[in-house]
Amino acid sequence: MIAVLFVSLYLAAVLYIGIFAFRRSQKGGAEDFFLAGRSLGSFVFLFSLFGTHMTAFAILGSSGHAFANGIVTYSLMASSSAIVVPVLLFTLGTRLWAAGKKFGHFTPVQIFRDRWECSHTGTVIFAVQAVLLIPYILIGMIGGGTTLRVLSGGAIPYWAGSLLVAIVVMSYVIFGGMRGTAWVNTFQTLLFLTFGLAAVVVIGRGMGGFSATVESMLADPSLAPLLTRERIPPAIFFSYTFMPLSAIAFPHIGIFCLTAKRMAQFKRVVIFYPICLLIIWLPCVFLGTLANNATNVPAIQSKLAARQQQPATAETRAKANGDDVLVLLLEHYAPVWLTGLLGAGIMAAVMASDSQILALSTMFTEDVFAWYGHKERFGEAAQVTVGRIFIFLVTAVAYLVAQRTPAGIFELAGQYAFAGFSALVPLLVGALYWRGSTKYGALAATLWVAASVAAIACFQATFPPGIAYGPVQRTPAGTTVYGVLPVVPMTIVSALLMWLVSLATPKPSAATITRYFPDHSSSA
Amino acid sequence: MKIRGLILAAFTAILFLLHQDFWNWRTAHPLAFGFLPPGLTYHALYTLAAAVWMAVLVKLAWPSRLEQDAEDKRG
Repeated sequence: MIAVLFVSLYLAAVLYIGIFAFRRSQKGGAEDFFLAGRSLGSFVFLFSLFGTHMTAFAILGSSGHAFANGIVTYSLMASSSAIVVPVLLFTLGTRLWAAGKKFGHFTPVQIFRDRWECSHTGTVIFAVQAVLLIPYILIGMIGGGTTLRVLSGGAIPYWAGSLLVAIVVMSYVIFGGMRGTAWVNTFQTLLFLTFGLAAVVVIGRGMGGFSATVESMLADPSLAPLLTRERIPPAIFFSYTFMPLSAIAFPHIGIFCLTAKRMAQFKRVVIFYPICLLIIWLPCVFLGTLANNATNVPAIQSKLAARQQQPATAETRAKANGDDVLVLLLEHYAPVWLTGLLGAGIMAAVMASDSQILALSTMFTEDVFAWYGHKERFGEAAQVTVGRIFIFLVTAVAYLVAQRTPAGIFELAGQYAFAGFSALVPLLVGALYWRGSTKYGALAATLWVAASVAAIACFQATFPPGIAYGPVQRTPAGTTVYGVLPVVPMTIVSALLMWLVSLATPKPSAATITRYFPDHSSSA
Repeated sequence: MKIRGLILAAFTAILFLLHQDFWNWRTAHPLAFGFLPPGLTYHALYTLAAAVWMAVLVKLAWPSRLEQDAEDKRG
């Protein structure tokens, strides 16, 4: 229970930071609450942006995926993100910041509406973004509940752990707004970066040294493939390079890009982002893989036994799920006091659903409440109050849904949120780089994304693994199309629709296009 | 200026393609530091290379005009 005590202290610290931020933002106003007054400095912007992007998915999902698939997990998501995400922040994030700063926008949808002179198309984009964001919010709830249950040795049940996480997150987001969320994320990121290294050293020693463990796995024909990429086909491996595209299309990342005080703050982010990624993902993936050799940990042994059972059912897959292996290793190999500290570090990464909840609130109050005239009617203070009520409702609904979600964190995120947001990237490229893009092109791409995500969800819910219809195949992990993940055709078709429909439809006014693409040749 | 942009974009694309290291697919040796398999070592180094390349892009292709435009309009 000492571990639970440390985690409780950590949660209290997080609450204090949120309340402290609340005191700092007494001047109020929507821009202050939702965007921290566009005033975040370099240090907070770097670590908070990274912490905002890294969720339970990065810690628990990655180690769980590595437990089942081996070291390939790192190259599937981490190293591809190391190049794709910084390039996106460099090319699109800076332009988002500039458009937000220049025209006073709070959300990507506001930029779309202004850029393409549209109203209802913006509402459709908002609705699709909001629906796609929900699974990502659930990741935090599920991760929080799972972590507290394991750290307490089952004394805190899953429902109570996720409830505690929900209440803490909701409190500091409601009180602290973007400033509180950014400071908490910075604190969380630093905490995990610091204690992550300690976890590697302690677990490595406990397992008898990494070299001995790896050699032992290589000598076992059933475990050796986990140290290569044999279990993932090249086409699937290639598909995963499309997933990091989602980063910039996630509303919480897009909105966060607007909080920087100066554009120069992106410089440090794009350079240090890959390094932070390496520090967090490499240990998680490596330890998740090595957990397969930790047969002296009873809970891991039962997972390995469940994996061997044939035929595999939903129940055996749930038992074999490795989302909690990192915590189990920690609990077994680290001294109790260190388990508490490291557990708090894991909680830090797990609780990243705060920024998504705030983003959803920002989108609702700006893209719906304010857009349809309620801000003018009721005032800015009412808008912030509505935002806070919305945060409460979203957190409550996410908590209730999380109680009924058995899927592995990695799969849940990958199948819906990542694929959908990756396929929305052509909207940002069109709006920020192409004068010829139109609202009709954006609408066509958005409807395609919504339809394809719904189709995949229905297909997977209806058909068991092994079924194939033409090029579409139901696999144990999800769906493939012509052997690649759905994210590939979804993104390509979305880009084609954006391009072709825009070519065939009327453009926004010349005045609007000039505002977004000023001609510098005369002033040069 | 345009040629420099194209060269930088081409190098970025090459770095992106280098992610598909099919030659490491089934290789488990040699182990770096005695415990890191080649599939992991390569991608750890790839991650560091991405950081270095982003530093080069920031140095050579930073879109400073965007900030100037935004500040002029806002201020």
